[in-house]
Amino acid sequence: MDDPLTIGGTKLHSRLVLGTGGATSLEVLERAILASGTEVVTVALRRVTDTGPGSLLDVTTRTGVHLLPNTAGCYTATEAVQVARLGREAFETDWIKLEVIADERTLYPDPVELLDAAEQLVDDGFTVLPYTNDDPILATRLAELGCAAVMPLGSPIGSGMGICNPYNLTIIREQVEVPVILDAGVGTASDAAIAMELGCDGVLLASAVTRARDPEAMATAMRHAVEAGRLARRAGRIPKRFYAQASTTDQGRPDLLGPDAPTAEA
Amino acid sequence: MPIEINGRTRELETPIMLGELIDAEVTDRRGVAVSLNGEVLPRSDWDTTTVDDGARIEVVGAVQGG
Repeated sequence: MDDPLTIGGTKLHSRLVLGTGGATSLEVLERAILASGTEVVTVALRRVTDTGPGSLLDVTTRTGVHLLPNTAGCYTATEAVQVARLGREAFETDWIKLEVIADERTLYPDPVELLDAAEQLVDDGFTVLPYTNDDPILATRLAELGCAAVMPLGSPIGSGMGICNPYNLTIIREQVEVPVILDAGVGTASDAAIAMELGCDGVLLASAVTRARDPEAMATAMRHAVEAGRLARRAGRIPKRFYAQASTTDQGRPDLLGPDAPTAEA
Repeated sequence: MPIEINGRTRELETPIMLGELIDAEVTDRRGVAVSLNGEVLPRSDWDTTTVDDGARIEVVGAVQGG
């Protein structure tokens, strides 16, 4: 089934974006990237410590994935805009996963700084993918500013608590025209499937794979979960109902016991 | 003449090109970005920009991150 996700004019055939944070080695990471089937991975920028050959970029080049630099660790719009510009220069991409956090304990986004940074980066020609609260109003504002997608959290980064407020995600999906990518909180495969069933266009996850006991196996599970959730969404689930509805007809049921058979009440 | 590169202070005898300083930090310029006094400097300017007294330089590259 050809069902690509288009972000900023780029067609992606996998709806899973893999974060690279937390992998115990580059070998483990490479196997997870391949198993996940992803076409986009996130990277962060930090001061160089020259580790010589065998770098993260070798892994991303070998696996042929797009790079999505992030602004992890930024607390202000000014800093995030600077880091985004460094990312554009380093990786020759105008894609940026915009993170402007407010608080170390929750790692929740700072909505005021986030909007400010998003506006500056959109004006500067970036393809902005903001990590946002699961607030439909904020997500709408980000989309209206010209962000290429919105990426609401399911629960706090690295918490593995899944999707705490599915209703907000449903509202966000209804309200914005751009792709909605669930970002943060996925703990296991069913969380990713639920995100897609709710109508998300993609899922971004890192820790659930990189910190799993077997990252390669979990990456495979996530690939299937995202595909399954997407297919289920498109297929159209049955409505929930309170009472049973027999799937087998009563019509033509044979009378095997005759008229004198005891009834259930007897 | 003191400069600061990635938070470390260095003494330079004479002004040098930024590109020389970057090559002292990394063996491969691929995936590297540089800011000079808070401004991101395009790669094409690295070898034509002189590092002046008191310059503050950040040299960054890719690390794993969500």
